[in-house]
Amino acid sequence: MIRPVGGPPGLPLSSLHGVRRIMPIASRDIIVSNSLGLHARPAMEFVDTANQFRCKVTVRKGGEEPYEADGKSVMQMIILAATQGTPLQIQAEGDDAEAAIDKLVELFENKFGEE
Amino acid sequence: MKLREFIVTDAVVPNLQAGDRDPALRELVSSLAAAGALPKSAVEEVVAALVKREQNGSTGFGKGVAVPHVKHAKVKQMCGTIGRSAAGIDFSALDHQPVFSIFLLLSPENQPQQHLQAMNIVFSNLQKDMFRRFLRQATTREAILELLDEADQGK
Repeated sequence: MIRPVGGPPGLPLSSLHGVRRIMPIASRDIIVSNSLGLHARPAMEFVDTANQFRCKVTVRKGGEEPYEADGKSVMQMIILAATQGTPLQIQAEGDDAEAAIDKLVELFENKFGEE
Repeated sequence: MKLREFIVTDAVVPNLQAGDRDPALRELVSSLAAAGALPKSAVEEVVAALVKREQNGSTGFGKGVAVPHVKHAKVKQMCGTIGRSAAGIDFSALDHQPVFSIFLLLSPENQPQQHLQAMNIVFSNLQKDMFRRFLRQATTREAILELLDEADQGK
């Protein structure tokens, strides 16, 4: 008997729908280094870049005022109020997570084209 | 940081006369100057800087709100105001929808941390559906200030 690859025995393919596949996760810790911090322009640039990928992007700030921002929401990224020196964790979840993390970390490494 | 710490009470404009972006920015900056938060001689320069900022990328972040802001040498102390437009203003917003509520923020050049904190508190509130709805419905300065007080108290 030929069964669909990956499917549990005896179950039709359709039953796979709705079962949450385990998605690849990539995560990187960075420190905001541009002197103006993550203000509106860099926040928008980050969101534009994140939107080039299908994966979910989350940015976490720890410390006294911890916050978890959807990396595809400009408003939430600005709410992070990440000043120079703030450590952030960027996490991507999805098939293109690794590629997304590389691109997003690169933005911080290049200080969003600022000083 | 609280909204009322930098929103200048007397500069709030509950019914903007302007129907377009640049005149609306001028109306709000002039209102800040009239309230004494900014030298009158600085109005045109600050408006020009705000317009340039909008041209580089709209601060109409969607959901009917815009947050025009600029750091400028002529600004000695961070100050902000709110303008409300019943008809809506085209801000080239990210979601292509008209803007009904404008949070305008002016900061000195050398205090990026304070600027980010103010942006944080503004956006934390603008994220809330109820806050945006009440702001849009607030037709008087008193109603807007009451809403700010409630937001500052975390209601």
